[in-house]
Amino acid sequence: MKIAVASGKGGTGKTTLSCAMAFAAQEKVTLLDCDVEEPNSHFFIRPEIEHQEQVFRPVPAVDETKCTGCGECARVCQFNAIVTVNGKTLVFNELCHSCGACVRICPTGALHEVDQPIGQIETGRRDHVRFVSGRLDVGQAMSPPLIRRTLEQADAESLTIVDCPPGTSCPYVTAVKACDAALLVTEPTPFGLHDLKLAVETIRDLGVPFGVAVNRMTEEKNPIQAYCEAEGIPLLIQIPEDRRAAEAYSRGEPINTVMPELNERLAQIPEQLKAMI
Amino acid sequence: MKELVIISGKGGTGKTSITASFAALADHPVLVDCDVDAADLHLVLQPEIQTSETFVSGHVAEIRTGDCTQCGLCMAVCRFDAITDFRVDAMACEGCGACVEFCPEKAIDFPEQECGIWHRSKTRHGSMVHARMHPGAENSGKLVSLLRTEAGKLAERENAGLILVDGSPGIGCPVIASITGADAVLVVTEPTLSGEHDLKRVLQLVSHFRIPAMVCVNKWDINKEMTSQIEALAESMNAVPVGRVPYDAAVTAAQVNARALVESSDGAAARAVRGIWGAIQKQLFAEECCHVAS
Repeated sequence: MKIAVASGKGGTGKTTLSCAMAFAAQEKVTLLDCDVEEPNSHFFIRPEIEHQEQVFRPVPAVDETKCTGCGECARVCQFNAIVTVNGKTLVFNELCHSCGACVRICPTGALHEVDQPIGQIETGRRDHVRFVSGRLDVGQAMSPPLIRRTLEQADAESLTIVDCPPGTSCPYVTAVKACDAALLVTEPTPFGLHDLKLAVETIRDLGVPFGVAVNRMTEEKNPIQAYCEAEGIPLLIQIPEDRRAAEAYSRGEPINTVMPELNERLAQIPEQLKAMI
Repeated sequence: MKELVIISGKGGTGKTSITASFAALADHPVLVDCDVDAADLHLVLQPEIQTSETFVSGHVAEIRTGDCTQCGLCMAVCRFDAITDFRVDAMACEGCGACVEFCPEKAIDFPEQECGIWHRSKTRHGSMVHARMHPGAENSGKLVSLLRTEAGKLAERENAGLILVDGSPGIGCPVIASITGADAVLVVTEPTLSGEHDLKRVLQLVSHFRIPAMVCVNKWDINKEMTSQIEALAESMNAVPVGRVPYDAAVTAAQVNARALVESSDGAAARAVRGIWGAIQKQLFAEECCHVAS
């Protein structure tokens, strides 16, 4: 089973929850860090890295000896990644979505695809946790191809936990829709509630079953709890606000070490989500 | 006119709270919320919407079942696995149009996609441009560019001296759109291992685009050693440390009351933010200062 740990906004505790759930699991578990713009879970898992590989995506290249400057490629490109000026064809890689339409349409075979590096995937291990993390190269705009490649590393046999990118647009959708269920992490503040609502709206469109986790809870009765009750959303865990947790996080320690009392609860979450599928 | 973008590498570091305070301290700036995925600035500034327009960008493929002969070419052509059983999954479709172009029966429509709605508004601290993306919508980078362009026009009309932009998290498409061409960025970070890592990446991005950068550390007292380490990193990457904000419950309290921190508190964090604003003004308007002096 693949569980997405997601949230409408960043900084709510996705990585904290993902790592804590991985450590608390009583079985073998794979942790995929798909927050490829800011992968942080390695700080908490501290895996022994066994393998590293470069990830590429195809972008078009022009063979000027064959190009007649007909402009068909520029016409078909929806992303303005190709322009033809004075019979010359220019490609802007950063705008390219790697759809391949230009290569397919070129009547003279002047376009072919070349591999452009976009990031790396690291794999490693620590105790019962298999660790996989995608890391986007700085200056690259397109994260979904790297997210998809990271997701391919899921383990079909055992539990996979996916630390998702924040937000509700392409990167979030790419990661969440590949999962069987999701845990939406939020905070009991007006920002947290607002962004949770957006994440819920999106995930309902995707049809992925989900529950909610509240991080930095100060009072049992909070706006998130009221919202979840009204919407019939299961509230699976509330993690109390605790300066010890913030300090542990700052040092790269999982909350399991400073709040061991949470372990039992954390270990149950995958089972609870499984029951919702 | 100057444009300052507040970014953070990762989300949840206090970017929006700090932007709201700057809005209160600056002299009627034009405000832009470019964190279009998780736009929260309006929760503090309570804008009164003046005009609203839909944001239309890109296309989405739709197969006309009646005309489809189920030849399967569209599925072979689509690189995004967006077509199964001769139906397009709109969430997976990137709008590349390859299926539309190559369908031998011309059985695929390609309507424009409505990705969200954007507004021009008035707030108690100045005009504001903000938007709401539809859930799962694409092209957040394009929306960010549109918001900044509109803010520029508005600032010119109002003769505003400053555009304050609440940027997007990360280092990808939306944040690149948030910072290109800006006069300066302020990176808000936290004294954590992740914060240090994300700061390094975002400063690489900022220097790639040759934009002057400043850094402030939020909740600096949860790990004082890391704060010093982060400030040293910032300086080594040519970013100017402009201050530290202590951990303070007043920040959340201000959020709950829909006020900027500096409007609702005189505590340690509020004083720190005022100090940071002073330091930023010196940096941002440094050229003009020299000008006046000479």
